[in-house]
Amino acid sequence: MLAFIVRRLGTMALTMLCLTLVVFFMVNLEPNLRKLSISQLDMRSSDEHIESWLQRNGYRDNFFVRYGRWLGVVEKQPNMNAEGQPVPRFSYCNEPAEPHYGGILQGDFGCSTKFKTTVSAKLFPALGATGILMFWVMVVMVPISLLIGILAGMREGSRTDRTLSVASITTTATPEYVSGVIFTVVFASWLGWLNGSAASATGQGITFYNFTLPVMTMAIYGIGYIARMTRASMVEVMTQQYIRTARLKGLSFGAVVVKHALRNALIAPFTVIMLQFPWLLTGVVIVEVMFRYQGFGYTLVEAAGNNDIDLLLGCSLVSVAVVLSTQLISDVGYAYLNPRIRVQ
Amino acid sequence: MQLEYVGAFQIVLGVLFRFWPVWLALGIVLALSITYKKRLGLYGQLFDTNVGIAGVVICLFWLFTAIFSGTIAPFDPLAQNVVMKDALPGAMTPDGGVYLFGGDKLARDIFSRMVFGSRIVLIIAPAATAFALMVGITLGLPAGYFGGRIDSVLSFLANLVLAFPVILLFYLLVTPGIMDTPIPYAMAGVFFLFPIVFFCVLFYTRFKNRTDRLYPQLAVTLVLGLWIYFGLVFDADPLGIISIRPNELNIFVAVVFASSPGVFRIVRGLVMDIKTRDYVAAAQTRGETPWYIMLWEILPNARGPLIVDACLRIGYTTILLGTLGYFGLGLAPESPDWGTAIKDSSRLLRAFIHPALPPVIALMSFVLGLNLLADALREQSLKD
Repeated sequence: MLAFIVRRLGTMALTMLCLTLVVFFMVNLEPNLRKLSISQLDMRSSDEHIESWLQRNGYRDNFFVRYGRWLGVVEKQPNMNAEGQPVPRFSYCNEPAEPHYGGILQGDFGCSTKFKTTVSAKLFPALGATGILMFWVMVVMVPISLLIGILAGMREGSRTDRTLSVASITTTATPEYVSGVIFTVVFASWLGWLNGSAASATGQGITFYNFTLPVMTMAIYGIGYIARMTRASMVEVMTQQYIRTARLKGLSFGAVVVKHALRNALIAPFTVIMLQFPWLLTGVVIVEVMFRYQGFGYTLVEAAGNNDIDLLLGCSLVSVAVVLSTQLISDVGYAYLNPRIRVQ
Repeated sequence: MQLEYVGAFQIVLGVLFRFWPVWLALGIVLALSITYKKRLGLYGQLFDTNVGIAGVVICLFWLFTAIFSGTIAPFDPLAQNVVMKDALPGAMTPDGGVYLFGGDKLARDIFSRMVFGSRIVLIIAPAATAFALMVGITLGLPAGYFGGRIDSVLSFLANLVLAFPVILLFYLLVTPGIMDTPIPYAMAGVFFLFPIVFFCVLFYTRFKNRTDRLYPQLAVTLVLGLWIYFGLVFDADPLGIISIRPNELNIFVAVVFASSPGVFRIVRGLVMDIKTRDYVAAAQTRGETPWYIMLWEILPNARGPLIVDACLRIGYTTILLGTLGYFGLGLAPESPDWGTAIKDSSRLLRAFIHPALPPVIALMSFVLGLNLLADALREQSLKD
C-alpha cells in the first residue's frame, strides 16, 4: 500500500510538472505577452515601447530559464536601472535586491499583475472563500443524492424508482449556467425570497439570503450523477445472495436495507463523490462568475482574462493538485473500504 | 411609441404554427418508425419504453428545428429592429410581424435566435463528438490491446488532459490571440488525420488480399478524407465548398481535445475486457494481424457501450459549447448560439427575465433528450 501511494505521488509530481510547463508555454505565447504588456503600459504604446518593456522585465529570456525561475531552480536576477541600481519589477511586490532563488519550491508564487499584489495574498483568501462554498455544496449534495439513489435502487423498477431516475437524469442535463438562471428567475425575480447575487457574502458575511442560490445551483448538477451511481450500486447489492438470506430469515425490508445493503452500496458512490471534484471546479468558476462571489473561480477568470501569468500558473497548480489528490484519495479510500481489494 | 401585444394564447398558437415543418417531419418519421419497428433493430426497440420515445422525440425535434430553421424563424437572427428593444413576449413590429418571445437588449427577435442557435449547436456538438470518438478509438484500441509501454504513455497523456479543469483548458486554448499562432491549426492537423488513418487501416486489414475491393475503397477514403482535411485545416479547398471560420475551428479543436481522453479511457477499458474472450483467441490462433482483431473483432463487440457513451457525450459537448458561449470564448459576440444568449441575458435578469428563458429551456431540453435516449439505449442493450 505504501509503495503504491509513493508511486502515485511520483506520478502526481510528474503530471504537475508537465501541466505547469504546458500552461507556462501557453501564457507566454506572443499574443498573450503583448496583451499583458499593453495592460501594464497603456493602449497607445508603440511596438518599440512594448518590446523594451518585455525585454526589461525579463520576458524575452530563454523559455526554460524563465520556467526554472518560476519553479525555483534557477536564480532570479534583480532588474537594474540605468545607474545600476536594483529596481523591483512591480512596485507592489517586495522583490529582494540581490540574486535569489524564489519560486514555487521556495513557496513564492510570484506577483499578480492584475490585482497588484502578491499571488499568495490573492489566491489563498480566494481559496478559503471557495472552500466555504464547496463545504456547503457538499453538505447539501451528498446526503440528498445518496438518499435519492438509495430510495430509487431499493426496489428496482418501482414507480418511485422511475420517477427519481427521470428526475436525476433531468438534473444531469442542467448545467450550472442553466439552473442558475432558472433559480434566479424563480427565487429572486418572482418570489423575491433570495438574493440573486452573492457579492455581499465576501464583505458582510454569509447569510441564508445571499448564499442559498449559489449553493443550490452548484449542488443540483452533481446530485443527479451521484444519485444514479448510488442507484446502480444499490440495485446490484439488492440482488446479492446475502440480502435474500437476510430477508428469508425474517428481517423486515427496512432492516435489511439499513443494516445489510447500505454499507456495501455506499462504496462505489464514495469514489464517484471524490471524482466529482474536477467537475465541481468548473462549476465553481461558472457559479462564482454568475453570482459575483469573490472566490477561486472568479480569480481564475480574472487571471485568464488579463493574462496575469503568475496568478494563472498559481491557479492551475492549485486546481491540478486538487484534482490529482482527490483521485489519490478515492483510490486509497476505495481499497480501504472494500475488503476484497484490501486483502489483495 | 406604444407597442401592441398579442395575447398569451396567440403566442402559444403562433409558436406551434411556426414549427409546422418540424411537426410534419416528426410525424412522418415517427409513423414510419412505429410501423417498421420490428425491422429497425436497436432503434426500433427504443419505442418500447416511454423514456425511449421521449428521448427520440426531443432529439428529432431539435434536429428538424436545426434543418428547417430558415423556414421556422420569422426574422433574421442578427437583424435589429430598434423599436423592439427589450420588448415583452408577443410584441408586434410596426410592419405586422410578431416577436413571439420578445426582443433582447439589442432588439433582435429571441424566438428566431433560439431557432438559429440550434443550428450552431447541432452542427458543432455531434461533429466534435464524432472526431473525439475517432481519436479516442484509434488510440484506445492499441493501448488496451497491447498494454505495456504504449498503454502507459497514452494513459499518462490522457490523464494529463483529464487533470486539467475544462474551463482552464478553454481559457488557454480558445482566446482571440491564439488564432495568430499556429497552435490551433497544428492541433486540427493532428486530430483530423485520425479519421483518415482509421478508415484506411479499417479497409486495409479487411481486404488486403482482395485488391479489387481494397483499391476503390482506399481511393474513396483518401480523396474524400484529404479533400475535407485540406478544406478544414488549411482552408484550401480547391472547390471552395468546405470552409470553416478560424474561430469555429478553434472551438472545434478545443472541444475535441477536451473530450477525446474520456473516450480513450472507455475504449481502453472495453478492449481490456473483450480481449480475453474466446473469439479473440480464435482469431489470434488463425494468425490474424493485431489491427484486424482490434478493428473487426473487438470494436464491433464494444459498440453497445460506445453508442450509449456517444449519446451522453453529445449532450456533454453541448454543455461545453454552452460554457464557451457563457464565458464569451471563441464564438462571435453576436452569434445566436444558446450559450452566448444565456450569457447576454443572465446579466440583465434583474430587469428582464424573458430573454433568458428560451435559450435556457432549449439547451436543457436538448441535453435531456440525449440523456433519456442514452438511458433507454443502455436499458435495451442490457436486455440482450
